[in-house]
Amino acid sequence: MPTPTELQERIEAALPGAEVSVDDLTGGGDHFRAEIVSDRFQGLSRIQQHKLVYDVFGAEIGGPIHALSIKTSTPGATQ
Amino acid sequence: MTNDEIRDFLQQSIDENRVMLFMKGTPNQPACGFSARTAAALNALGVQYAALDILPDPRIREELSALSGWPTIPQLFVDKELVGGSDIVIEMFEAGELAELLGVEQPEEFAAEPQPEPVKRPIGLENRLD
Repeated sequence: MPTPTELQERIEAALPGAEVSVDDLTGGGDHFRAEIVSDRFQGLSRIQQHKLVYDVFGAEIGGPIHALSIKTSTPGATQ
Repeated sequence: MTNDEIRDFLQQSIDENRVMLFMKGTPNQPACGFSARTAAALNALGVQYAALDILPDPRIREELSALSGWPTIPQLFVDKELVGGSDIVIEMFEAGELAELLGVEQPEEFAAEPQPEPVKRPIGLENRLD
């Protein structure tokens, strides 16, 4: 069962320098919320930003990771 | 139905409906908190939209994700383009960008919605791919 820490480390490994926080929404180890601040998102649409994060986990989304809620932003951006 | 027929039907739904929502459950009876919030945003804007419940057959979700390249449900399409899942739709709604995209007025009385309710988890309703 994936843990928030494991998800956080995998996102950080895929997006070096990103500030990442991951919460387990239900405590059940399959509904997560990730907030990521990374300069990799600069100039990308929201769809592209979220896909970068989804791509870290591939087919695990919808499987072991039932739901991953994502909030992305770039450093210094308000909101 | 074959998988090809399912995919053709999904593509046709996207092509024929300007605002097309794929969700778990229906707008009146959403089966997942993320789908519920996404439908609620569209309802708050008062736009007409078509909605398809992906739960009846697991192949609907498989074919939809293959077609869109997006792994999760819900998925909102506007003018045949994927707008996003619930996080993006809610962010855009709160920023007034969804109203702009759909060409409607942002409702003035709108206040930020609460966080999604804990998802109900009756095992039988889960729609896993594995």
